[in-house]
Amino acid sequence: MQLHTIWFIIISVFWIGFFVLEGFDFGVGVLHRVIGRDETEQRVAINTIGPWWDGNEVWLIVAGAAMFAAFPGWYATLFSAGYLALVLVLVALFARGVSFEYRGKRESARWRSGWSWALTIGSALIPLLLGVAFGDLLHGLPINSNHDYTGNFFDLLTGYGLMTGVTLLTLSLLHGATFLALRTTGELRDRARAAGRRLGMLAIVVNLAWVIWTLVEIGGGTVPQPTQIFGLIAVIFATVLAGGNNDGWAFSASAFAIAAAVGQLFIALYPNVMISSTNHAYNLTVNNSAAGHYPLVVMTVVAVLLMPLVLLYQGWSFHVFHQRVTAPPAPTS
Amino acid sequence: MANDLARWQFATTSIYHFFFVPVTIGLAFLVAILQTAWYRTEDPEYKRMTRFFGTLLLINVAIGVVTGLVQEFEFGMNWSTYSRFVGGVFGAPLAMEGLAAFFLESTFLGLWLFGWDRLPKRVHLACIWAVSIGSMLSAMFILIANSWMQHPVGYRIDKAGTAQLKNIWALFVNPTFIWGYAHVILASLVTGCLVMLAVSAWHLRRRVHMEPFQRTAKVALIVLIPTIVIQLSVGNQLGEIENRYQPMKIAAAEAQWTNCKPCSFSAFQIGGGANDKTPTQIIEIPHLLSVLATGTWSGPVTGLNQLQSQYQAKYGPGNYVPDVFIQYWSMRVMAYLASAILLLAVWGGWLIYKGRLHSSRIFLWLSVWAVLTPFLMNTAGWLLTESGRQPWIVQGLQKTAVANSPSVSASDIWISLIVFVLAYVVLAVADLGLMLRYSRRDLADADAETGAEEPAGAVPALTY
Repeated sequence: MQLHTIWFIIISVFWIGFFVLEGFDFGVGVLHRVIGRDETEQRVAINTIGPWWDGNEVWLIVAGAAMFAAFPGWYATLFSAGYLALVLVLVALFARGVSFEYRGKRESARWRSGWSWALTIGSALIPLLLGVAFGDLLHGLPINSNHDYTGNFFDLLTGYGLMTGVTLLTLSLLHGATFLALRTTGELRDRARAAGRRLGMLAIVVNLAWVIWTLVEIGGGTVPQPTQIFGLIAVIFATVLAGGNNDGWAFSASAFAIAAAVGQLFIALYPNVMISSTNHAYNLTVNNSAAGHYPLVVMTVVAVLLMPLVLLYQGWSFHVFHQRVTAPPAPTS
Repeated sequence: MANDLARWQFATTSIYHFFFVPVTIGLAFLVAILQTAWYRTEDPEYKRMTRFFGTLLLINVAIGVVTGLVQEFEFGMNWSTYSRFVGGVFGAPLAMEGLAAFFLESTFLGLWLFGWDRLPKRVHLACIWAVSIGSMLSAMFILIANSWMQHPVGYRIDKAGTAQLKNIWALFVNPTFIWGYAHVILASLVTGCLVMLAVSAWHLRRRVHMEPFQRTAKVALIVLIPTIVIQLSVGNQLGEIENRYQPMKIAAAEAQWTNCKPCSFSAFQIGGGANDKTPTQIIEIPHLLSVLATGTWSGPVTGLNQLQSQYQAKYGPGNYVPDVFIQYWSMRVMAYLASAILLLAVWGGWLIYKGRLHSSRIFLWLSVWAVLTPFLMNTAGWLLTESGRQPWIVQGLQKTAVANSPSVSASDIWISLIVFVLAYVVLAVADLGLMLRYSRRDLADADAETGAEEPAGAVPALTY
């Protein structure tokens, strides 16, 4: 296998890792004021992701930087094409990134409610907008022979892109609900389970519609790929399990569902990395957008050395805080 | 137009980002030292101070992290021609930064923040050190990337005309990187020390919590004194390196239009804008520029006029002289403020020796206000190094004027610039408000916020 194909896979894995991990952070961010009825409950909900959300977000940074390093052409075209959408993504990342640390730092109800809204909206916007971007990669955008984007902001809002965004948002919400059910107790858990069941129903419908649309998009016949079928089964499993006592299994199923969704996009995309709707001759591919052989070798060595270490300590961090979060006995501020 | 706006945006967002980065690097190191002192002495005062300054660190990190995201996205968003050209070299250190530094920093920051009383003390201490190391590693990879733009090494230009890595090791031993990185780490430590000193001095002037804040003032000063001394000589060395590889940068920093040997250093000048080649220079110190730029008593410095003709002969017609006004004054802001901080630090050291640190009102007052200086110096330093590279985005290889994104219009950049500025103002207000509030807060009891009274294995307290 050629190095640039390996790097395409590595980058797909980074994005999958990002959505599996940060997906539930987004879900919790959106759901924290729905599941948590009072201040203490909302804080419990936020604290379920407390130790990890920052480390999870690094998967996004690494995915972006790896695209820059391994496929400079892809990074350059995608990031300049998605310009205004990415400005929105960044503002959403500011809002929710800062809200975690700042929300609890003042007693004022207005302050807390303000940061809660920042967390909610930011967490919803990011999977939605990134989903639009991913959908556009496959659907195609107006790109000229120099690999420069020739459209404007509204050309980014393709039907398929929006559908992909809605799908990733819905799956993130489901994933967040199963995560909350896994990490809380009592009424909070009951509410999270109920939310998981309802969001699961929605996710089944949305995911099915999106898979069908994807099949139409790639136009390679109507035979669904294994990833698509397993993805759909996982959503159904997550939905069924969400109502019961199997929080761990429900969470695993929603994790698998979101991984399958991101994974099937990249599978459908290969060997292209970005399709030109102007002319397929202008498509960006793993070949024509990759960095040279030597930088890819260097990056491979670095990734092989460091990723196991990263997985080890990130896994350890999940182990350290594996207990369910509950409110302190005597509520302190 | 789009190009100028993209430059304004990059300058604005990176200067803003770099208000927070050195505080993170500096404070993480100092908090780790405080916690090490607690671990070794088991004196609860050190634990109180670790938590007090740890909170300030966390408030600061939150903004440092999110504004860093803009930097990573911005290369592709605003500078796609540049990104396409340099990705085969420049992307590697950025990806390494994520893999080696960001994962480490963020995972262990979470472990540290939520791990009080859950992790064994020794492991918990290791977490804050991992954060400190992670933050310094992150700066290392960024400096490797930036130094390559100042002095490109270890690359080849391929058939498609893009730069590709040829020897990764060359990037790590690039002299611009080695000295530049030392300069940035020392600047970060100076920043952290001055923040800790200012907060401590504020409380000492209030005459409450005298004992613990006297300790942190001492820790800050003890780190600051050697750091600022070394920093002055590292800065000087970096000047010599830059004079070798980017002579325009140093000649412009001295507004030296003509060749000279030996060269004097002017303390101030009047005039000296873009078209003013004969500014009035005040207080000329003989030989000093020769010493600073070449390391010898009477070394020659090539003037801007001759460099301009050399560059035109080599690279074709064009203006290769950076903005002399920015160069001249950013150099002086940095050098003069650093000298003032050196004096302040030595004074503080003398007060510690005399046992009068807590009672010298003037020293404490100056120390509080000195907190502004590192931010001015850091900004001046980046202006000097980045503006001094112009008109190049990669020295000798690509000009800034051709490096922006062809598909991004001026109106797109106007929108994003306004959005970023508004968002950054909101973030700055929230951050400053919290920083001041938590800097001026009374110390909590050693165990009050740690939930240490709870039996082990009890429910974790809510941290956020």
